[in-house]
Amino acid sequence: MNEKPRIATTVPAERDLRLDLFRGIALWLIFLDHIPSNLVSWITIRNYGFSDATEIFVFISGFTAAFVYGKSMQERGFVVSSARILKRAWQIYIAHIFLFAIYLAEIAYVAQSFDNPLYGEEMGILDFLRQPDVTILQALLLKFKPVNMDVLPLYIILLAWFPPMLWLLLRNASLALVASAGLYAAMWWFGWNFPSYPSGYWVFNPYAWQLLFVFGAWCALGGAQRLGRWLNSPIIVGIAIAYLVFCFSIALTWHIPRLGVFVPKLVNEIIYPIDKVNLDVLRIAHFLALAVITVRFVSRDWPGLKSQIFTPAIICGQHSLETFCLGVFLSFAAHFVFTEVSNSVLTQFLVSALGIVIMVATAALLAWYKSIERKGSGPRPPAIQADLAGGEA
Amino acid sequence: MRALIGVLLGVLAWCGPALAETPADCRVAENQIETSFSLPRVTKALAAKHLDILVMGAGSSMLPGERSASHAYPARLQSALAEKFPGVAVKVTADVKAGRTAAEMVRVLKPALMASKAALLIWQTGTVDAVRSVELDQFNASLEKGIAIAQTSGADAILMNMQYSPRTESMIALGLYNENMRWVALQHEFPLFDRFRIMKLWSDLGTFDLYSATKKLDTAERVHDCIGRLLADLIFETAKPGGKQPPEIR
Repeated sequence: MNEKPRIATTVPAERDLRLDLFRGIALWLIFLDHIPSNLVSWITIRNYGFSDATEIFVFISGFTAAFVYGKSMQERGFVVSSARILKRAWQIYIAHIFLFAIYLAEIAYVAQSFDNPLYGEEMGILDFLRQPDVTILQALLLKFKPVNMDVLPLYIILLAWFPPMLWLLLRNASLALVASAGLYAAMWWFGWNFPSYPSGYWVFNPYAWQLLFVFGAWCALGGAQRLGRWLNSPIIVGIAIAYLVFCFSIALTWHIPRLGVFVPKLVNEIIYPIDKVNLDVLRIAHFLALAVITVRFVSRDWPGLKSQIFTPAIICGQHSLETFCLGVFLSFAAHFVFTEVSNSVLTQFLVSALGIVIMVATAALLAWYKSIERKGSGPRPPAIQADLAGGEA
Repeated sequence: MRALIGVLLGVLAWCGPALAETPADCRVAENQIETSFSLPRVTKALAAKHLDILVMGAGSSMLPGERSASHAYPARLQSALAEKFPGVAVKVTADVKAGRTAAEMVRVLKPALMASKAALLIWQTGTVDAVRSVELDQFNASLEKGIAIAQTSGADAILMNMQYSPRTESMIALGLYNENMRWVALQHEFPLFDRFRIMKLWSDLGTFDLYSATKKLDTAERVHDCIGRLLADLIFETAKPGGKQPPEIR
């Protein structure tokens, strides 16, 4: 290539600590939500509105992926940066299969040790152990995905598909966003999704969730600045607050069914079902409202971001793949403690807190490893480290 | 927090005008019963002193062994209703078979409703669909179809969701199916018997130990007995003669 491609968009040079902070918090919330019957999960945002930590995680991952790989694509070209993105997708695939092995161990244990006449039907979930050949193969093909193991396959697809998207984003960011929205609309229109085994479709439809990922990338590549004027308008902030209050009142009727009579029938007809699989517009709106409020009240150069209180969350956000996988494993382990040892309220608090401490400690250990490796490799100028820069997806 | 709410609700349930004949064990979950919607056909049947009910369900509507016929919740519901409505001939027919999805039950729903001449359908579903990860749209469509069949066959409907099963919680993704059942019930304005929430509350409060690995039937039978009683409460509250009471917020 003799001709240098025209780059329409610039990648910002400095990293926004807010991204790491909120991704770290999202990882903690995902961990808490993944522990079944966990009292502590009452603090997570899914109980107070339509969207949950997944939206935050996908958006920020799109943002950081564009931040890191966008720079790489500008400096090293399409082929090299694509190779790096695909390598990342491969790492996530390996991580997913590792988690699947842990899941298999858990379910095989339950199959051997648990029997209760009340739960004959529920034990049907163990049927797949009768044909491990098929199940394991389907798991390798990302078609069989146990509970709470749907996020990583989504990321693999999002990343595998990211190189051409990033290429387009760097040339014409808005066109890329329109293309992504078009794919989202086509998904709704034609009912596209990826098939699952033994039946059904992916729990996180990649055709739908890509929109949030690309929107995050678009924001990273200058979109956020373009939106800046709007984000500070009191009207937008007002609408966002009003919508969050509305979502909160609806969410309240989920927990206290008797409040349901106060919701007009028309509202019920319009809003339900709030489709998580296909990333319902109501969920996107809830996420955007949260984002508007957050950006309004936590500015990029807020000194508090450098304070030590937030270091644990930031450090987790900077090692998101490892922290996420560890979180899934820890949620299995926590559930195991609940069933085998105790599920008292105190245990639930302790196990939840301990899990987060382990996540932070592991992330800190990883950060330390990276720092000594960089020191050990001599005066070589550090290349952009995908992990350090949080370019994980 | 959920346990706190549970305890609170439990205490409130105690203070409120609790139903005297329900054993204390089950009563802690009384406030989990949602009575906002009416059951006009049941009210009519009660006035005519003759109430036929069809329970359409899968494996969690029965117990293993021959005691199922007398100790699973459909049978317990029948005796609880007979106590609540003296002078009314109550008959509960159970069409239960393990491993059936909502779609599979829809297929046999019409003839079963015809044969039983039921004024009320209690439809227990969701677990098998979640285990087999049936597509949610398809699951919703089945629910709506089943409800429509009940209505055209002259029956009211109560939807019953899954059991709370702590051991398999990390293996079966019930969440989305549960939410969709609640939404379909809300949209079509018929009651949902939230078995999941009730059993969760029992587990949180220590009413029943749902974790234990056992072959013994005693706990399972008591759980079914309580479910039958609470179902009877729901029917009593929503369809008792004198019309629907305004929903209480306690």
